[in-house]
Amino acid sequence: MELTSTTTVLAPPQEVYGFWHRLENLATFMAHLDDVRVTGPSSSHWVASAPFDTVVEWDAVTTGDAPERIAWASVEGADVDTSGEVLFVPAPGGRGTEVRVRLRYDVPAGALGRAAARYFGDDPSQALDDDLRRFKQVVETGEVVRSEGAPWGKRARREFPQRPARPLSDGELQELRGRREVLA
Amino acid sequence: MKANCWTGPNRVEVQDVPDPAILNSRDAVVRITSTAICGSDLHLLDGYVPTMESGDVLGHEFMGEVVEVGPGVDGSRLRVGDRVVVPFPIACGACLACRAELYSCCENTNPNAGVAEKMFGHPVAGIYGYSHLTGGFAGGQAEYARVALADVNPLRIESDLSDEQVLFLSDILPTGYMGAEMCDIQDGDVVAVWGAGPVGQFAMDSARVLGAEKVIAIDDVPYRLEMAASQGYQTIDHSATDVRSALLEQTGGRGPDKCIDAVGMEATHGAAHVHLYDRVKQAVRSETDRPHALRQAILSCRSGGIVSVIGVYGGLVDKFPAGAWMNRSLTLRTGQCHVQRYMRPLLERIERGELDPTRVITHRLPLAEAPHGYDIFKNKADGCEKVVLKP
Repeated sequence: MELTSTTTVLAPPQEVYGFWHRLENLATFMAHLDDVRVTGPSSSHWVASAPFDTVVEWDAVTTGDAPERIAWASVEGADVDTSGEVLFVPAPGGRGTEVRVRLRYDVPAGALGRAAARYFGDDPSQALDDDLRRFKQVVETGEVVRSEGAPWGKRARREFPQRPARPLSDGELQELRGRREVLA
Repeated sequence: MKANCWTGPNRVEVQDVPDPAILNSRDAVVRITSTAICGSDLHLLDGYVPTMESGDVLGHEFMGEVVEVGPGVDGSRLRVGDRVVVPFPIACGACLACRAELYSCCENTNPNAGVAEKMFGHPVAGIYGYSHLTGGFAGGQAEYARVALADVNPLRIESDLSDEQVLFLSDILPTGYMGAEMCDIQDGDVVAVWGAGPVGQFAMDSARVLGAEKVIAIDDVPYRLEMAASQGYQTIDHSATDVRSALLEQTGGRGPDKCIDAVGMEATHGAAHVHLYDRVKQAVRSETDRPHALRQAILSCRSGGIVSVIGVYGGLVDKFPAGAWMNRSLTLRTGQCHVQRYMRPLLERIERGELDPTRVITHRLPLAEAPHGYDIFKNKADGCEKVVLKP
């Protein structure tokens, strides 16, 4: 499965690169990633939630890191065979930075593969588009914007029909705070 | 707290709901002192706008006092105790659209941007109490509301103007004004306004303030036409007169120089058979909007004129008069109002006495009577032009 998406962020390429360069930041806006931890000069450990409340983890190595491109790939023999790259291209006329992402996941065949595919949604490209939308929100406004109908931040995807647009109950607020995703 | 909620097509109820909480660091909570029912709420009421959920808190015209701010709110811009009017579109102030002052097209404030994008090609800003297509934000027909990105959106009111004088800065006054501003009014211009509801009235006032020679109101509700006439505007009752002929007569055969559609998708203008055609197509969802006012505005406008659209459209229309538009060099301008662009200049016009927004208010009701307010506003009963609700 290969996915591509692009967005324009109103910030200089250097700054946008800087945000992505800290790989830990990826989990703040990519819906399926729980955690990314840098483990060495060019190595990192990735944790993603998977179908049926399970978690998959893999080690990755950074294969390219220049101000205009970052690339990574899972290490030989990892449970998940994945790679990706992101390009930071100056947009014309002072319009900021065009961010172009390519992600590749080698989804295994069989039932597990189908479950994984379903997890990414009927429209995996839409999921990546939404990831980039949140990336843009974080860089331009500081955080992922929440509404009462979609209060769950990056976990809001594929949630239609939504909860009604009315204030959250105490129980729902507690759940949100438990996820350490709400600041107040 | 009490809040007015949509519970199904043509049904609203005042319900007990939880008090709002801060969800983002730049949020604030406002204790609402005045709120209003908007014509566009009626499009939600009857289910013409998709993605409503039963229990949604309605309302996007509200003001009040800040009672709580999130940790990320810039204290030089907003503090607890401030008296504020809240603009209906939520803008981030930082994206390319906001930098171009196209606040209702903000690229960052709609958590359901993916859905809006499928419908409109590109996403639109979040709006309070206005379906999940515009983000699923709880609205302001309530005792309290959460205000997002509160350090860049609300307008602080520091003078002693009354709520009723400034409440409509949240939507309908800027919307009417933008309708007139998009007309690029020149010396001697005749401006025709379809729709004499509150937004239409403010479009008329704004056209005059911006230098229109003559303003003509088109509607079929007698008391609304009378309200326009009382301000010195000419009127045309479209249920009794052929609008295009009447406009030609009043403009020496030239047609109005500028036309404003302040009606939108649920127009009742037009010949009976055309109206039936549109109703049937709406019912089977092969057309979502019935654009009689827009069609009439395009056909009536003088060659080279401007048709400015501030009435709300949600989807697709049939029989768009592309031939008239193209062959007669018409310019179409439109947009959900970029309210933040107009709040301060219009506040100054109110302070100078150039505009009196209170003139459209016909009903003042407690929040608990919101369903009655919707009823008389929708059915044009009891001379209802504009309802202000007091929580």
